[in-house]
Amino acid sequence: MTTWLRRLYFFAIGLFLALPLMVVAGVSVNAKQTLAFPPQGFSLAWYGEIFLNPEWRSALFASVLLATTSAALAVLIALPLSWFLWRRIAPWANIFQVLGIAPFTLPPVITALGLLTFWATTGFYGQPWTAVIGHAIFFVTLPLVTLSLGFSAIDRSFVEAAATMGANDRTIFRTVILPLILPYLVSGYAFAFVLSLNEYIVAYMTVGFTLETLPIKIFNALRYGYTPTMASVTILFVATAAVIFSLVAKFGDLPKLLGAMATDDK
Amino acid sequence: MKREAPQSVADYGPLFFPAGMLLVFFVVPFGTMIAVSFFQRQQGGFYTPAFVFSNYERFLSVFFGGVLGFSLMLAITVAICCVVLALPFTYLLSKLPRRLQVIWLVALLSVLSLSEVIIGFAWSTLFSRTAGITNILVQLGLMKQAVALSPSFGAVLTGMVYQALPYTVLVLYPALVRLDPTLMEAARTLGSSPLRAFFNVLVPALRNTIMATLIMVFIFALGSYLLPQILGRPQHWTLSVLITDQAIYQSNMPFAAAMAVFLVLVTLGLVALTLLIGRKGEKA
Repeated sequence: MTTWLRRLYFFAIGLFLALPLMVVAGVSVNAKQTLAFPPQGFSLAWYGEIFLNPEWRSALFASVLLATTSAALAVLIALPLSWFLWRRIAPWANIFQVLGIAPFTLPPVITALGLLTFWATTGFYGQPWTAVIGHAIFFVTLPLVTLSLGFSAIDRSFVEAAATMGANDRTIFRTVILPLILPYLVSGYAFAFVLSLNEYIVAYMTVGFTLETLPIKIFNALRYGYTPTMASVTILFVATAAVIFSLVAKFGDLPKLLGAMATDDK
Repeated sequence: MKREAPQSVADYGPLFFPAGMLLVFFVVPFGTMIAVSFFQRQQGGFYTPAFVFSNYERFLSVFFGGVLGFSLMLAITVAICCVVLALPFTYLLSKLPRRLQVIWLVALLSVLSLSEVIIGFAWSTLFSRTAGITNILVQLGLMKQAVALSPSFGAVLTGMVYQALPYTVLVLYPALVRLDPTLMEAARTLGSSPLRAFFNVLVPALRNTIMATLIMVFIFALGSYLLPQILGRPQHWTLSVLITDQAIYQSNMPFAAAMAVFLVLVTLGLVALTLLIGRKGEKA
């Protein structure tokens, strides 16, 4: 393909991906409460609104709290599991790897409805902490995949050397494995965090009537009254995702991480 | 340290917490959902344990046949659009210098992680009369008056392609990065144009990858539940939307569960069927 044709193709795809966000960015700086584009006047007030308006602020806090805790729980589930699968020969235990990947592969509404019936049956429906478990199960795939990749990259002779010198499993894990696995742990956490921040259906079905996360708040605003705050929150989300993924790329090997992720996903 | 089989119960220690969490909070809920799909619905949003097939019998109507047909058709269309757009793009991306690749990957991941709510909101703004793309066309003198482009089937399709395109690129990416570069070089040396080489060498070589990607994007698109609501009319609602609607707004959990079980079966069945066809194709 000639160079200009190639550039044109990249430009077209880039434009397609960026266009809706550009319009939303334009809407978010409207001076008055209107969703006009091109924007009428210029004001950053709608960004302040996210933090000043109590409703939007509490939704922001709820979302951030949910994402931090559920991503941590997802990592806590994924780390021992992937360590065990790497350390031991136990083919039947691979079933848990499949179970960890299944919720993410099936249509999300399935996981959401399963959790809804489960919490309704056990009588915990609507408790905010149920959303933390829901998201942790839904997104455990991501740390599981990055950690499996990280473990497969560890040279087993390091561990053998440590064992020969008399270190037990616990010491080996703390001094050898953990430092080597840390970048994969952090990126797994980051992926789960960003996706949890954006997740709608599982949160809505399990705690939708008691806890308002930002995506739920945006959806409610879509139905019951537009405000440019929706646009400013959207831009805040895109920026957060871009910053986090840039950091992952800076401190880790993003092409390698993605190269293995999709193959493991199958 | 050699990999060894677990010797004692203590060796299984690390497995307890993850296995317990996955069993209790994924396998049991999944089972609960299947059980509820056979339950009897009671007025007022409750249901009583029973073993009835009435929830499944409701599928056998023209209405649900139509919704199912539309959901499958929409997901297939989205999958084909995405692969057609993403295949050349991902190929070109894998040839870019590393630094540029990373920038594109960060951008793709950022769009991929966006909530369906946000994608729906962004496109509904772009397709609206007051803030939409038609305003730009009017300013350029290409159109006389701004019009609303949503709700419509085109809007639903565009939104869903937008949602699934980064996913498609990231699924194709590993296969294309690992592709033997001499394949294309050989074709070029033998005098083929780049475009011909792409269609006659690359696409056949990637036949299995393309098939697998189509299935994955198809399942991904089948899960879309908000975009048809935000960008479409009720006749554009998919099975996922209907499940949410029955579970939350109609409080008919048994029926929603039956539809969800059905969706899982359809998904798995189609995957199995396609794998079977793929295997036969290889033998021939």
